[in-house]
Amino acid sequence: MREARTGLWAAALLVYLFLYLPLAVVVVYSFNDSRLNAEWVGFTWRWYRVLLADEGMLHAAVNSILIALGASLVATVLGTMAGLAIHRYHLRVLPILVITPVAMPEILLGVSLLLFFIQVLHLTLGLVSVLIAHITFCVGFVAIVVRARLAGMDESIFEAARDLGATPWQVFRRVTLPLILPAVIAGALMSFTLSIDDFVITFFTAGVGVSTLPLQIYSMIKIAVTPEVNAVSTLLMLLTLAMILLAARFDRTVLRGRG
Amino acid sequence: MALLELRHLTRRFGGIAAVDDVSLGIEAGEFFTLLGPSGCGKTTILRMVAGFDLPDGGAILLDGHSLADIPPEKRPLHTVFQSYALFPHLSVADNVGFPLRMARVPAAEARRRVADMLDTVHLADKADAYPHELSGGQKQRVALARGLVGKPRLLLLDEPLGALDHKLRSAMQSELIALQRNVGITFIFVTHSQPEALALSHRIAVMNAGRIEQLGTPAEIYGHPRNRFVADFIGDINLFDAEIVERAQGTLQFAVAGLGHIVAPTVDSPGRRGVFAIRPEQVHIIAADAPTELPNRFPGTLREFLYVGDVTTYQVELDSGVRIQALLPNAAPARPQLAAGARVAVAWAGDAGLFLHD
Ligand SMILES: Nc1ncnc2c1ncn2[C@@H]1O[C@H](COP(=O)(O)OP(=O)(O)OP(=O)(O)O)[C@@H](O)[C@H]1O
Ligand SMILES: [Mg+2]
Repeated sequence: MREARTGLWAAALLVYLFLYLPLAVVVVYSFNDSRLNAEWVGFTWRWYRVLLADEGMLHAAVNSILIALGASLVATVLGTMAGLAIHRYHLRVLPILVITPVAMPEILLGVSLLLFFIQVLHLTLGLVSVLIAHITFCVGFVAIVVRARLAGMDESIFEAARDLGATPWQVFRRVTLPLILPAVIAGALMSFTLSIDDFVITFFTAGVGVSTLPLQIYSMIKIAVTPEVNAVSTLLMLLTLAMILLAARFDRTVLRGRG
Repeated sequence: MALLELRHLTRRFGGIAAVDDVSLGIEAGEFFTLLGPSGCGKTTILRMVAGFDLPDGGAILLDGHSLADIPPEKRPLHTVFQSYALFPHLSVADNVGFPLRMARVPAAEARRRVADMLDTVHLADKADAYPHELSGGQKQRVALARGLVGKPRLLLLDEPLGALDHKLRSAMQSELIALQRNVGITFIFVTHSQPEALALSHRIAVMNAGRIEQLGTPAEIYGHPRNRFVADFIGDINLFDAEIVERAQGTLQFAVAGLGHIVAPTVDSPGRRGVFAIRPEQVHIIAADAPTELPNRFPGTLREFLYVGDVTTYQVELDSGVRIQALLPNAAPARPQLAAGARVAVAWAGDAGLFLHD
């Protein structure tokens, strides 16, 4: 029994090492005063300064943030409505329809969105197509979190509100929304992180003109993993981590719902 | 005119009638109770009156006007839910103030009315607490205050005391009666507890399987149950299959299965079959050889007795094999000191008990 437990601990430790060691390496080398990711030379902020002067990178960052803001905003509104609808109407297909994009292999979603945009909508690929694509996979996440929040709630409070004189809109405004707000905020933060670090779907739907941070990083490492890539990756990592922690503060289901 | 009238109200779920052709009228100021076993349709009636469910047939009239096209929030009635349904994100004061806010009562007046209402339910010190910080009894009182503060024409209460322990329940029963008298709001109260119904109500509708079996005052329901179901459901009672055999000395002779002949009151004629029902407190226990002028007297053996503080109930097995239950107050001076197995006799008056049709 005890041995089994020690074994488990050891296995867990290995898994975590495996997961976090590469991340740690990236962070460490982003401060390394050397062009090569080979040996530690000394501490420097240089690569962050290079980053700030890199126009392509800044442009990609602005794109990424704009898309993430737009996608999380729209996905939060749509996802909240979807979560409410799934909860209210006991239709089997509804949860499947909303949640499938979350579970679907990204490459599949990317390819099908690409075909849809080009062949059906005749859309020129760019910011708008990326935005729509990101909204598509974020909606499901928000819906899951909002629905989980609703599931634990006493249904009769919504009837009680009606009974005490609230119109359906007032019930939403004064009772439903305040109660699901933590989940809505968490869903928005989650959407933001999902959008800002998405690569596969963005890759298919961005076209040639626009770049986002993940796309920019990818195009840079095609040549070599420079310390500059390490620096931007570190920043992205920090942002994502902060968002997830913040989201988890609002709603605990976030930590269970992801991935 | 009745304040609320139900006319042939019917609601079916998948072919089964949960509420089956219910008609009744409730007067303004009345404490009216729907009493019946679980699943008999009490909640379904309340939900239709409140507007959360639609009847499949019949009508609901308030002051003579149909409520059919009026949404829940426009009906001048409030509900106290069994689960209390307090808003978890609002303080006690905001919960109670919710209906006033919805009715756009000016803030100053709303504050005053909330404070008054919290005083009435003894929760003035909990105004800033949140529902999760309250005990069951306190939540219940917040729900009650929230239902009353808007001065609805009608308050619907769905087993509001169901979740409380016995002592709190009795205390809340007294408070409910006092509250209802003071505020003068008509109550429709739902319960499956018959002592509670008897203690609280002006009138009771006893329901079974979606229908009203009997409607009357507590004394009528208890003293003159109309059929076997009501007799059996309301309080303890001894029931025996019986047939009227002959009319003699103004009362009737019955042939009672397992008892033989007895004398009992009825308006029915010989030949009629039914049930003879007699309450335990109407059955006397006397010594086996004691003389009595009571016309119905049967010897038997005391099998069990149950001491419950204020009274003792006795199970007597008559020599014919039939069991009968008797009840004596423990304060009664002549209460016999009996042990299980003792030879006794049971006896009752010629005008005690009832003959019921099946
Ligand atoms: N939404 C529904 N769908 C299907 N059947 C229902 C529904 N609501 C109630 N019923 C059925 O209608 C019948 C009456 O239910 P109701 O809730 O009115 O009973 P009740 O008298 O309030 O019982 P209790 O004392 O247990 O609360 C029950 O048989 C119940 O199963
Ligand atoms: Mg019920």
